[in-house]
Amino acid sequence: MSSATPDNNDSPRSIAPVSANPANAVPADDEVMVSLYASRKTIYPRSVSGLFSNWRWVTVWITQIVFYGLPWLEWNARQAILFDLEARRFYIFGLVLYPQDFIYLTGLLVIAALALFLFTAVAGRLWCGYACPQTVYTEIFLWIEKKVEGDRSARMRLDQSAMSASKFGKKWLKHALWILFALWTGFTFVGYFTPIRELAALSLAASLGPWQTFWVFFYGFATYGNAGFMREQVCKYMCPYARFQSAMFDKDTMIVTYDEKRGEPRGPRSKKADPAALGLGACVDCTLCVQVCPTGIDIRNGLQYECIGCGACIDVCDEVMDKVGYPRGLVKYSTQNGMAQGWTTRQMIRRAMRPRVLVYTSILLVISLAVMVSLFLRTPLKVDVIRDRGALARMVEQGRIENVFRLQVMNATESTQRYVIRVSGLPGIAIASEAVIEVLPTEVRSAVLRVQIPPGAAATGSHPIRFDIQAESDAGISVTEKAAFLVPR
Amino acid sequence: MSDFTSDFWNIYVAGLTLVSIIACLILLWVAGTTRAATVDDNTTGHVWDGDLREINNPLPRWWVYLFVITVIFALVYGALYPMFGKFQGALGWSSQGQHTAEVEKVEAAIAPIYAKFNGMPPEKIAADAEAMAIGERLFMNYCAQCHGSDARGAKSFPNLTDQDWLGSGDHAYIKATIGQGRVGVMPPMAAAVGGPEDVRNVANYVLSLSGSPHDAVRATQGKEKFAACAACHGADGKGMAAVGAPNLTDGIWLHGWGEEAIARAVNNGFNNQMPAQAALLNDAQINVLASYVWGMSNKTGN
Repeated sequence: MSSATPDNNDSPRSIAPVSANPANAVPADDEVMVSLYASRKTIYPRSVSGLFSNWRWVTVWITQIVFYGLPWLEWNARQAILFDLEARRFYIFGLVLYPQDFIYLTGLLVIAALALFLFTAVAGRLWCGYACPQTVYTEIFLWIEKKVEGDRSARMRLDQSAMSASKFGKKWLKHALWILFALWTGFTFVGYFTPIRELAALSLAASLGPWQTFWVFFYGFATYGNAGFMREQVCKYMCPYARFQSAMFDKDTMIVTYDEKRGEPRGPRSKKADPAALGLGACVDCTLCVQVCPTGIDIRNGLQYECIGCGACIDVCDEVMDKVGYPRGLVKYSTQNGMAQGWTTRQMIRRAMRPRVLVYTSILLVISLAVMVSLFLRTPLKVDVIRDRGALARMVEQGRIENVFRLQVMNATESTQRYVIRVSGLPGIAIASEAVIEVLPTEVRSAVLRVQIPPGAAATGSHPIRFDIQAESDAGISVTEKAAFLVPR
Repeated sequence: MSDFTSDFWNIYVAGLTLVSIIACLILLWVAGTTRAATVDDNTTGHVWDGDLREINNPLPRWWVYLFVITVIFALVYGALYPMFGKFQGALGWSSQGQHTAEVEKVEAAIAPIYAKFNGMPPEKIAADAEAMAIGERLFMNYCAQCHGSDARGAKSFPNLTDQDWLGSGDHAYIKATIGQGRVGVMPPMAAAVGGPEDVRNVANYVLSLSGSPHDAVRATQGKEKFAACAACHGADGKGMAAVGAPNLTDGIWLHGWGEEAIARAVNNGFNNQMPAQAALLNDAQINVLASYVWGMSNKTGN
């Protein structure tokens, strides 16, 4: 559904204005019977070059070098980034995270979401157009497709032609390359969860475990299917971000726009002809902007939810404008306000400093700072104190009262640590058992502690006490845990 | 197995499931063949509030195929697994069967680990780091609730780390205790001892046996009444391992120390029970666990 009123022309889709009289709004003879389902029309995006295309290739290279390269990095004789699900240890360079540190993942997701809000409010679907894996892999798969089958028109001709040896060869080669690339992607993905060097050796020996095999092939299959076949369908029908990003748009958001005032009425013309004399606008109706569009829309119909903001139409239109000798910018990054009021780019950029953007920015900065500080101050030691529940308290020699606690000590450093345990909170309280515990790197050990108080040191009931656990090697690594000491009747 | 006496609910549930799946197919077929009216500006022609129009935004056709796949999946699933009433499915799967299979798998996996400790003398098992790590985990799971994480017990739950055993305390005794449990019975002895005063006197005498603070006059008077206790605890009060009667002279008080606690024991007796673990642990596990417990009071070499 959409609203469209003559004075509020911000509809995401371009629809002819409704007649004032609802009864006349729908002439009956216009009616067509259509299916509730549409069959997909294959899109053959024409390859394009230009500023935004270059930027997209830059982000493709950066994201892919990071994705394929990171698991191969080494750090202190282990993989720099490794999410060891089986041992529940997450190694990120110098950090060793436990499942208890999941709050940092929450922080990361909050930062990612806020960054998405911010970038979308400022410049539309930047994520979709430049960084989203769906876009990036589609771009790579399209590049392979183009290298094998040729550009748009060649591909269309090939698909329409009857099966021949050459067609079969081309298709076979394309799919082989796609599958190879997809498997490499799946392999890299699994390499984040099991050491990638071992994985490589296992793959070469064809002796991967059943789950490793499954995930390599499943992730590979998803890459192959999404980037090779689903493509814009993922953005149009499956992706929730595509839809809710529209909610972050306002009239000062930079989006890909078509300058309707300048372009219309569109139409072909001779190069020498004066468009003004012919009564034509700047749009030569070459339809190249439609041909290059990866989602197959016509940007001249205005902002549409299918538009992923990749800027391919800007690049190709600028090229055409240069050829016919018109000024560039018939299709350009602009805002709805800027379009309506004829603002310059500088004026539109100034509007970026609006409350929505400032609020997003400040929340993003505060949360990023909080996560950084918390990560920086994180103690690589975790302790859980568990009271013995069966035996609450007992009387031992000389009438001393004893409680038993189990301390679960988690060493989040990569060296063996000796921890000294102290107890305080009641007069004369002391640990009667071994108060030093040695824990191997990234291991968990539980220590049974007998804590005693002298007779009469505390009244009957529960008393708060605290355990201080400190590493022998580094006084900075210390944790304080609260517990309760029970004195029986 | 059906929980109902008649087959009505079974047929009702199976029928309803099948009808629902078929209804889904019919719905998909109807929706797939229905044509809706639109006008050439790609709206359905419906206008509300003067300017609100409904755009025809069709789902892609492959989306319908996904629905069809779910229906096929449901039917295949229903044929293989229990889905239609009490029909077991071609694979004969049951949650109970899966549990049994998983337990068997784990038992087969751990059997070789335990196997190497079978027939090994307890001294050697207690000195084996791997066996002791296993023993500790078993102890924490099955024993620590009563005997405490440090195995030092609590009132009425024996300390397992001292040398004081109610029975012989050797490996076989501990194994039997874990497997079959123990019942420690002391009958109420008040009548045999005499009146309440006699009970107090006996209590003081018992305290005197371990050199605990006591009333010497009462202890002297209680000495002859102790004859009633001597049948089990022995004339010298040193207990009798064969019947599990505790030594009263060693200053270890399982059920509490002091005149009051002892008088309560004489008056009411005890029926102290340790539950059998044989249903939870197999022989090989009990063997390792018994060695672990044995090792706690028989530390050698340190």
